[in-house]
Amino acid sequence: MPMLEATGISKAFGGLAAVSKVDISVNEGEILGLIGPNGAGKTTLFNLISGAIQMDSGTAVFEGKRISGMKPYQICRLGIGRSFQAAKNFDGMPVHQNVLMGALFGKKGQSAANASKIVDEVLDFVNLNELRDKMVHDIPLASQKRLEVARALATRPKLLLLDEMMAGLNPSEVGEAMELVTKIRDSGITIIMIEHVMKAIMKICDRIVVLHHGAKIAEGAPQEIAANKTVIEVYLGEC
Amino acid sequence: MIYKFNFRKDVQYIVVAAVVIFFAFVPLFGSTYTLTLSSTIMMYIVMSLSWSMFSGPTGYISLASGAFVGLGFYASGFLSSSLPLPMLMLVGGLVSFALAAIIGAVTLRLRGVYFTIFTFCLVELVKAVMTWYEIMIVRKRGLNVRNFGTDTAFYAMLVMVAITLIVVVVIKQSRFGMALTGIGESEDAASHIGIHTTRTKVFGFAISAFLMGTVGAVRATMLHHIDPGSSFNMMFSFLPVLMCVFGGMKTFLGPIIGAAVFAILQYSLITEMPQIYMIIFGAIMILAILFMPTGIVGVYERVINRIKKGKSKKGGTDDANA
Repeated sequence: MPMLEATGISKAFGGLAAVSKVDISVNEGEILGLIGPNGAGKTTLFNLISGAIQMDSGTAVFEGKRISGMKPYQICRLGIGRSFQAAKNFDGMPVHQNVLMGALFGKKGQSAANASKIVDEVLDFVNLNELRDKMVHDIPLASQKRLEVARALATRPKLLLLDEMMAGLNPSEVGEAMELVTKIRDSGITIIMIEHVMKAIMKICDRIVVLHHGAKIAEGAPQEIAANKTVIEVYLGEC
Repeated sequence: MIYKFNFRKDVQYIVVAAVVIFFAFVPLFGSTYTLTLSSTIMMYIVMSLSWSMFSGPTGYISLASGAFVGLGFYASGFLSSSLPLPMLMLVGGLVSFALAAIIGAVTLRLRGVYFTIFTFCLVELVKAVMTWYEIMIVRKRGLNVRNFGTDTAFYAMLVMVAITLIVVVVIKQSRFGMALTGIGESEDAASHIGIHTTRTKVFGFAISAFLMGTVGAVRATMLHHIDPGSSFNMMFSFLPVLMCVFGGMKTFLGPIIGAAVFAILQYSLITEMPQIYMIIFGAIMILAILFMPTGIVGVYERVINRIKKGKSKKGGTDDANA
């Protein structure tokens, strides 16, 4: 049984269908890539799964529990973490406190001692230990994106939704980010990632789902997707 | 997290506690005028502290304070003949708490300026309802309030200052306070790391309303007669905002200093030059907002920093230009 199974989920804004009847499932231990042109509905899909917005129809089931209709904080506590495309860190707090927030609130009744232990672990894990006392706006973009991931990791998720964590990074930073994603998966966390950096997607994803105009147009292993005619048409225009 | 004594941070709590204790002896030597002025200062302190407790960290600017203070007024108005002062304060607080919880549950989904506009209208709405009630149902304008004596009102205000200070400090250091700050920094991120944002906001808003309701109840007993106009007063809504801006918003001492300076300024202007009091008061406010956006505490910190920098320059260790 898949870890997360969403069936027939749709969401319209006004008359515009942002996501229409999408089925998506992810198995435990997998890295699932989510690609598609701008405006394809990828982030909306993340917002629907994580509860930021409510779906018009369809259901999402996580580990046998129906999560559609739940609030973001409930979904987080069940074990789904997420990062944001434009980093949404707590800018008025130092790096370590950002992570502490995730650790404190991510699970109900987390003790302060336990939370600060999680902070040390996570900062170590994502290589932000040296910057732990810096304020968020004093650290480089790549580190801010890492901090996004760190905050989500501190909630101790089983499934992590990564929204374009590599956008705006230089090639060597992209390499480091790819390493981090693989490392997170190897630590036992399942991942769904939205990404435009094709090199990264093709290399680290086990499976890829392609969205276009809110609908799923292809799904399969990276090589299959790279050879898929519809996908090429969507990305390069009809030839 | 081991608690470490931080001189710069903790000395302010000690100073404030000492001032509160000193105030307890003021009725022994102070005139009635001093007591009334002190009571007003303390009411303003409770209002600005409780306002900044919620609006400071979350960034949800509330203009509903007038409604909560007014409900406190009317709790005293309706019940002062039959209940002792502490009960009036409790009722005033609880009614305000309930209204804030209901209003909060509906309107705290509104973000930014929409929330502010709604709370602004709330005061007028409650005032209109009370006016309608007095004209149509009881056919009597306003209510008389029993006076419990200047000393009693003074001590009631003092107790509320102490309670508010404790509440503010405890919340600041608690998980609840961190959640409020998280919401202000990034509400989306906060909700996705497991913070129940709606409940946190509603509860924070309601606690601040409770505190305002209690001082409203005390204030009414100092006035003998109240009516909807004097109770649900827009001035009470703007006061906490202005005092916090005046004193310095995101600091502990800012709202306290702002409220004290504000009240003293107001009283001395009213007594010294009643005809042009509003003009001067307005001018001072505008100048304060223009030239001290971080408030009195902000100016103090800037001066201290400049002195420190000056010193290090003389010592040749200045690396600010590096």
